[in-house]
Amino acid sequence: MTESMVEVDRVSRRFGSTVALDEVSYRAGEAKVYGLVGANGAGKTTLIKHLLGLFRAKSGSVRMFGMDPVRHPVEVLQRIGYLSEERDLPEWMRVDELMRYTQAFHPDWDMAYAHQLLDTFELDSGMKILELSRGMRAQVGIVAAVAHRPDLLILDEPSTGLDPVVRKDILDAMVRAVADDGRTVLFSSHLLDEVERMADHVTMIHQGRVVLDGTLESIRRAHARAQIRFGERLDQPPEIEGALSVEGEGRSWSVIHNGATEPFNASVARHRGEVVQSRAATLEEIFVARVGRAPSSAEAA
Amino acid sequence: MNITINPSDGVPIYRQIANQIRYMVASSLLEPGEEIPSVRGLALRLKVTPNTVVKAYHELESAGVLEKRPGAGTYVKAGPTPLAKQERDRIIEQRIDGLLAEGHQLGFTADELLEAFRRRQEAIDRESKEEKGDREHG
Repeated sequence: MTESMVEVDRVSRRFGSTVALDEVSYRAGEAKVYGLVGANGAGKTTLIKHLLGLFRAKSGSVRMFGMDPVRHPVEVLQRIGYLSEERDLPEWMRVDELMRYTQAFHPDWDMAYAHQLLDTFELDSGMKILELSRGMRAQVGIVAAVAHRPDLLILDEPSTGLDPVVRKDILDAMVRAVADDGRTVLFSSHLLDEVERMADHVTMIHQGRVVLDGTLESIRRAHARAQIRFGERLDQPPEIEGALSVEGEGRSWSVIHNGATEPFNASVARHRGEVVQSRAATLEEIFVARVGRAPSSAEAA
Repeated sequence: MNITINPSDGVPIYRQIANQIRYMVASSLLEPGEEIPSVRGLALRLKVTPNTVVKAYHELESAGVLEKRPGAGTYVKAGPTPLAKQERDRIIEQRIDGLLAEGHQLGFTADELLEAFRRRQEAIDRESKEEKGDREHG
C-alpha cells in the first residue's frame, strides 16, 4: 500500500464557543490536485494549519507522510511548499535574501529554478518585500513555496485578491507542479469555477464539517439539475424522490437531485409533472444545494 | 488548436475538451497525422488540472480519434475513423433538424423540402458544368 500523504482522523477544534472543525476526517495522496471549498470561516485555513503542524490536534489525529507534523516539523515541512492566505513574508528582507533564507530550510532547494521563476515573473530580486505589491508578494510567495520541488504544495486561497495576471501565474505554478514533477497540490478556494477547473478531488467544508468529499467526477455524477413543470400551480415545493434542493414557484420548479435520473423522473411523473430539461449540475449549484448558499455570497455573513 | 472551456456550463471540462477535438477532427480543422498539444501545454493554456487533459486524451485514444506515439506526443490518428463518420452524421443531423424546423415554420412539408433539395442540387450541378464549359471554350 502506498503511504497516504495527508491523513486527518476525526479532528475537532474550537475557538472559544465557535466550532472551527467538527470531527473532520480527510485524506489526500497521489499526483492530483485537491480542492478544499468553503466560505470564509468554514474551517479551511484551520484544517490547513493542522496539516502544517501550526495547530496541534486537540482531539483526533493528523498524520503527514505517516508522521505527526507537530512532533516532526522538520521532516514534514521539508516535503511541503506552503503559500499562506496572508502571504506573511518577512518584510525587512530583500527578495534574494528571502530566497537564501528559505533555502536554508530545504536541502533540495533549486536556486536556478527559483531565479528562473523570478525572471518569468519579472521580479527584481534586489527589492525589499515591504516595497512589493500584493500581487508581487504572491509571486515571491509561490517561488518560495515551489523551488525545493516539494512533494506536496499547499496553497491557502491562492488567488484571493489577485489581479488576473498574477492569478494566472499562480495557476501555472500549480499545473507545473503536477505536470512536470508529478507532485500533489492541495488548495483552498471559495471560487467554484476555479475549483472546477483545477481540482481532481473536491472537499466541501461548511461550518467546520465536511459536507461532501470525492473526485470531481464522482461528485458530479451524484448530482443533476432538472427543470420540471406541473399541470397546475403548486403552492408548496413538490416532494420528489432524490431531490436535494427545490426552488421555483407555480408550475415551474428547478431541482438539484442525486443523479439517479430514472427514479427521479418516475417520481416527477407520479406527481403529474414533466421533466422539461435535465443536465449535469455545476459545482456552484451542488454547493448551494448542499449548503444553502454560494461560498462567495456567504462571505459577507 | 483553439479550445475554449466554460467551467460553469454543466458539462465536465474533460468532455468539453474531448468534444471540441472531435469536432475539429470531423471538420478537418485537425488533420490526420497532425500533432496535438502536450498535456502540459494544453493544461497551462486552459488553466486546468493536467489530469483533466489526460482524461480527455485517453477518451479520444480509446475512441480511435487520437494516438499516442511513445516518447513523441499525441497525434490525430491517420485514416478515417468510425467516430469521425459518427461525428459527421451528428453535425449534419443538427443542420437537417434546424432546416426541418425552419421549413415547418414556413409551411413546407418534408417532401417539399426534399424536392427543393433536389432542385438546388441540379441547379448547382448545372452551374458548375456551365462554368467548366466557359473555361474550356474561353
